[in-house]
Amino acid sequence: MASIEKTERDRAAGFVAPALIWVLAFFVLPFAVMIGMSFARLEGRSIVHGFFPDNYLRFFSEPSLFKGLTVSLEITLIVTVISVLLAYPLAWIIAMRVPVRYQRLALMLAVLPFWTSYVVRSYAWLLVLGQNGVINKALMGLGVIAEPLAIASTRTATVIGFVHFFVMLLTLTIYANLIQLSPNYARAAADLGASAFATFRHIILPLTLPGVVTGAFLTFVLCIGDYITPQILGGNSELTLPQLIMLQLGRRGDFPMASAMSIILMAVVTLAYLACARWLKLDRV
Amino acid sequence: MNRLTTTALVSLCASFGAVQTVQAQEINALVWCDHSDPALIEPFEKETGIKVNLKEYEGTAAGLAILDQSQPGDWDVMVIDAVDVGRAVDQGLLAELPADKLATADFFPETVMAANNTRDGKTYAVTEKFGYNTVAFNKSKVDPADMEDMATLTSGKYDGRIAIYDYYLPVLGQLSMAAGVPTADVTPESLDALKPSLMALRKASKSVSDVVASQTALATGEVDILVGGGEWLTAVLHAENPDLDWTIPKQGAVRWAQSLSVLAGSQKQDDALKFINYITSPEGQARLATSSCYWGMPANKKAGDVLTAEQKAVLRWDEQTEYLAKTQLYPVPDAALDKKMQDMWTEMLQN
Repeated sequence: MASIEKTERDRAAGFVAPALIWVLAFFVLPFAVMIGMSFARLEGRSIVHGFFPDNYLRFFSEPSLFKGLTVSLEITLIVTVISVLLAYPLAWIIAMRVPVRYQRLALMLAVLPFWTSYVVRSYAWLLVLGQNGVINKALMGLGVIAEPLAIASTRTATVIGFVHFFVMLLTLTIYANLIQLSPNYARAAADLGASAFATFRHIILPLTLPGVVTGAFLTFVLCIGDYITPQILGGNSELTLPQLIMLQLGRRGDFPMASAMSIILMAVVTLAYLACARWLKLDRV
Repeated sequence: MNRLTTTALVSLCASFGAVQTVQAQEINALVWCDHSDPALIEPFEKETGIKVNLKEYEGTAAGLAILDQSQPGDWDVMVIDAVDVGRAVDQGLLAELPADKLATADFFPETVMAANNTRDGKTYAVTEKFGYNTVAFNKSKVDPADMEDMATLTSGKYDGRIAIYDYYLPVLGQLSMAAGVPTADVTPESLDALKPSLMALRKASKSVSDVVASQTALATGEVDILVGGGEWLTAVLHAENPDLDWTIPKQGAVRWAQSLSVLAGSQKQDDALKFINYITSPEGQARLATSSCYWGMPANKKAGDVLTAEQKAVLRWDEQTEYLAKTQLYPVPDAALDKKMQDMWTEMLQN
């Protein structure tokens, strides 16, 4: 019996080993190196290894660096909230109102923008939102505005670019959750006299909340770590944390500072995950 | 095994070896985006049979970081900011070039840049292209006469219609010249004095943008003026919008220059030198000057025999004597000054 258990354990370990090695080699090890690097110091143009907290102290004491974190958090929260508010009704309509045979087509149309390159899409938005872009020309043509709005190269442009991307992502995750709900829940609620709104408020929404939170968390992680959209659409009107990390790497060759800022970014993401997992029981999703 | 089979096998091995030899004729080059134009590289590859593997990088710090992470011999050729050649020489990264085999006798005298490309009488790099970080603008939207004075940019007249090229060295260099301090004499103290003018420029500007975003902003009318721009930006857009122009204001502007070097660890120094000789030849220079990524003046005057009259007009070929006199090279900060400059730049971006 003991021999059979040992064989089973070995077999399980054999199955787990590739994934474990992969995670160790490509996550744990680089992460450990990055932590070590974050405590190094750039002296002149040389990296001096040791245990120096300078980079962390500098990050929290220099307003222009710390602002990167607050800007990133503000943009990410705005994008996440707007994306959820837009994606939920869209997913609900596809799941509940669109006939089943057309749902696949509707989803395909929803993800159509993903077929183009992320960078190309961001530059396309720059042209759409520009001084002479489609939006300004349309609004001026309709007589809504007399002068073109300054949208490109602002935070608004960054948020629009992000929302366009993440609404699609959230629609997919929420839709996947909605179609798993048995219609019997709504029928039972209706039999008991619940209005459509009460059914949604007390039955549908709580049951789909884990899907919403999962999508929102994915949006949070991808948005707060994104460099391309704010770089192209934001016009450097304010710098997000990933942009500041790129500045340290590309311009200064300051790998220690870039590592420290990356660790801080990871800490923020970890806190967000813990909040989701603790308060909304994400681990049960 | 009979003789015929043996001969066939030997021939096969020999031909395989020959193929291997041809494939082995490759050089790896760390370059700026103007070198990635097939119209520049393919003629060299066809003529010499040497394949050029290109990797683009931006900024000397990034280039040096790539070398730092590579093994000696991984890279054969490197394009480097001319003002940073000394930095690379100090680190022992560059190989000495045979001065007598370089075409520098045909160069514009100001572009030989011996002070930068040589050390103790030994040549380590050769200038290949140069241009100006100055003021680019759309002449149908702004008064070209206004562009002759840097002070106009912060006068309020063009608020919200200006973009700043996102590279601290040329912009701070130009502001320093406007403040009467030559780019070679920038100190931490003189830098502090530039802060108000930098912040005023930021306040008047709509964005701070990289090369592609700057081109897009000017081309789409998002902005009408680009501080730090020049022929390298407007020339590629000239065909579709001839109103895009540039000038050097009365306060002067900063001159950029890029050099080509062979890396000390290269095992293919002869092939690397052939590449340098091609790039600095009149034909190579004309192709490099009009590269699809960005245009710039060729260092070799004889490229003028290959360029068309229209191309020379866009490059302002006939005005180079005046421009060379009005411009100064990039500031060359030491590590401490460089950090201070970048801190000031980051602060400007976050305001």
